[in-house]
Amino acid sequence: MGNKRIGFSTLSQKYVMALAGIFLMLFLVVHLTINLLMIVGDDGELFGEAVQFMITNPFIKIMEYVLFGGFLIHILLGVILEIYNYRARPIKYAKSLKTEKSRFSKYMIHTGVIIFIFLFIHFLNFFFVKVGFVPVPEYADSPHDFFPMAVVVFQNPLYSAIYLVALVFLGFHLKHAFQSAFQSLGLNHEKYTPAIKVIGTIYSIVIAVGFALIPIYFLFFYS
Amino acid sequence: MNITLKIWRQKNANAKGRFVKYNLENVSPEMSFLEMLDFLNEQLIKKGDDPIAFDHDCREGICGACGMYINGRPHGPEKKTTTCELHLRSFEDGSTIVVEPWRSKAFPVIKDLMVDRTALDEIIRSGGYISVNAGSAPEANSIPVDKHSSDKAFDAAECIGCGACAAACKNSSAMLFVAAKVSQLALLPHGKPEAARRVQKMVKKMDDLGFGGCSNTYSCQIDCPKGIDVEFIALMNREFFKAKVCKSKAK
Repeated sequence: MGNKRIGFSTLSQKYVMALAGIFLMLFLVVHLTINLLMIVGDDGELFGEAVQFMITNPFIKIMEYVLFGGFLIHILLGVILEIYNYRARPIKYAKSLKTEKSRFSKYMIHTGVIIFIFLFIHFLNFFFVKVGFVPVPEYADSPHDFFPMAVVVFQNPLYSAIYLVALVFLGFHLKHAFQSAFQSLGLNHEKYTPAIKVIGTIYSIVIAVGFALIPIYFLFFYS
Repeated sequence: MNITLKIWRQKNANAKGRFVKYNLENVSPEMSFLEMLDFLNEQLIKKGDDPIAFDHDCREGICGACGMYINGRPHGPEKKTTTCELHLRSFEDGSTIVVEPWRSKAFPVIKDLMVDRTALDEIIRSGGYISVNAGSAPEANSIPVDKHSSDKAFDAAECIGCGACAAACKNSSAMLFVAAKVSQLALLPHGKPEAARRVQKMVKKMDDLGFGGCSNTYSCQIDCPKGIDVEFIALMNREFFKAKVCKSKAK
């Protein structure tokens, strides 16, 4: 009768999806805070210290694996739910003027796929160097010497453009994600939901614009 | 006014359907959408054609029987309006109106614009009983209910079970319907004893019947003829979480 699905109910899947999403949103805050140290104008000195802390701190090392788990769960569940949802309507409408309250909600899988592709490019630029999949470029002193790598990557207008475009889509994804995560966890109340929506909008703009400052800085203001 | 209709015609559940065009001349803007279909059917019957099959009952917006996808929206373009209470004055003179049945794996087409919505009844049935004494009416004040909860429960109970939420949803998810049914009982003391079992069973049934999952687009709330709020979906999510984490397994 129904469509086949993995053992858990769609509601449980949404819960896990939301929790993984919130975890990834917290990660973005940490990631942004550290990366913004690159553009304080000291040629990456402060940033280098932060990187040193991140790669030596045992807690952060453990969290790195947790982070990968979070990404994996969020991506896999996203795809599984999308396939399941797609199959719930085998015959589509001939004319559909779908309305929705949250404009970006319809395109979560699309923005998600774009972010996923971007993530691969981003890994090629930085993370794969760190773990040794990609050889350390000659202008970097060590696999953790990210500052010169960032300079080279972002002074290439093509890479900067790719990053900026991806960040716009990340912003769209987060705009819906933030309040959607609370709704999925059952946290919707007339008292605080309006605040969640405002905070979600501010959060998505801060993350997207914050990260965008880095390629813009290296492309136009760094020499 | 004159209108052109493009209506989905399908002989039976297994037949292949197609759109058929009908031109209607000199119809009154004051006609309801269903009256207009009656008017068209009379003409079809006179010509010896098969009339268009569609669901309807009370024709005053409370039974939830009517429901068709009109111009890309369940129950047509007006807010908080069922198909039976939609009037032709909501459309422009000379316009073309596309009418389709609800599209969902869980709502198979029976004929033309009629779909089988037994799935919604099955979800309700899966929720089971509530422990109240049958017989004469109980003393009104024996179970105190606070005003806020009773108001909210009433808001949820406004759901007429037409299925527009599932028809509107891009995932064809019946979450708003199930949430309304779970909430109206979960909010009242009468529904508390079986609340944990009820929500788990109803959610499972909803999944088993082939409805999609919720991705919080909230189009269900916009197209719900009774304007059921998505806050009830969050309430159901809470109830579900409580039941899964704190209570024993649903048998």
